Amino acid sequence: MSEVIVVTSGKGGVGKTTTSASIAMGLARRGHKVVVIDFDVGLRNLDLIMGCERRVVYDFVNVINGDCTLKQALIKDKRQENLSILAASQTRDKDALTQEGVERVLNELREEFDYIICDSPAGIEKGAFLAMYFADRAVVVVNPEVSSVRDSDRILGLLASKTRRAESGDGKIAEHLLLTRYSAKRVADGDMLSLKDVEEILGIQVLGVIPESEEVLQSSNSGNPVILDADSNAGQAYDDAVARLLGENRPLRFMEPEKKGLLKRLFGGG
Amino acid sequence: MGLLDLFRSKQKNTANLAKQRLQIIIAQGRVERGGPDYLPMLKRELLEVIRKYVHVDPDAVEVNLGTEGDHEVLEMNVVLPERSNGSAGA
Ligand SMILES: Nc1ncnc2c1ncn2[C@@H]1O[C@H](COP(=O)(O)OP(=O)(O)O)[C@@H](O)[C@H]1O
Ligand SMILES: [Mg+2]
Repeated sequence: MSEVIVVTSGKGGVGKTTTSASIAMGLARRGHKVVVIDFDVGLRNLDLIMGCERRVVYDFVNVINGDCTLKQALIKDKRQENLSILAASQTRDKDALTQEGVERVLNELREEFDYIICDSPAGIEKGAFLAMYFADRAVVVVNPEVSSVRDSDRILGLLASKTRRAESGDGKIAEHLLLTRYSAKRVADGDMLSLKDVEEILGIQVLGVIPESEEVLQSSNSGNPVILDADSNAGQAYDDAVARLLGENRPLRFMEPEKKGLLKRLFGGG
Repeated sequence: MGLLDLFRSKQKNTANLAKQRLQIIIAQGRVERGGPDYLPMLKRELLEVIRKYVHVDPDAVEVNLGTEGDHEVLEMNVVLPERSNGSAGA
């Protein structure tokens, strides 16, 4: 049985692509057959984060239009052979993705893969709608910040109404909260919403908390999903999140400010 | 937390302000979106609040959206346990 997981948020720039790349890599590292699809038509980016940008020949829209076979368009990851990437089209045609076309491709992918990760574009337009429509589960990426939280609530409303599962009464999509760019220090200082605050406001189960971390940018620079950086807090937090996605019980980490020297503790700063 | 941090956080606990603002605006947004979609979530949250004070079962709370004349009415019914002494303790 394969599962379609959408990584979504409403607001842009909160970490959906970063998350899609790391979750896909994490699931693949655990032996599952995984494909990750970039739904951001016109703004292809997942290929860069996965480090395969120079190997894109055909894209998602090419497959839908029958310009190539699915097999031709899938890019096999060089680090993990059971992981494939399907790139977004760079076309400016907003209607390039059709519901019928997306369904056809997903059905074909379901035959080969255990997990199909859909990296949603920002917004609540067609691209975001199609990325979530066929999902079995949703990872809602949220930053501890007012506009991100509000947009996430909008997305939760859509997940509950504008998806195939919702329409057919096939049981609700499982919703997971992934709180990213979290700064335990700023939460302790009282100027950032805490995990508890966000959980309370949105009312969904937490899958993980990813700390704000410099290594995310370094990983993007080098085209390696941050989960591969086992020394980084973000990488470890993503590994925990993947484990929880698979049903493992792991305590949250990196929820306390890092300990500082005595002088700094006394006089703040940093 | 350092000494200066203590002073600082007294001046501005903006996270709390953010939370309060979000709770209001999101509740409003959910009602505006209408339909029964938000009802399960609203019900869950109400239940949690009620449970801070009295222990009630999930099915003791009923939340409905209806119309009365030309306006919509959000109706909540809570059936309290037979002999509630008021305090529930933490
Ligand atoms: N945990 C994190 N710590 C620091 N920077 C992050 C983190 N997660 C994401 N970012 C940065 O935020 C930006 C947006 O991330 P991206 O994954 O492209 O978001 P989206 O796909 O939602 O638009 C990128 O510059 C990325 O490096
Ligand atoms: Mg993105």
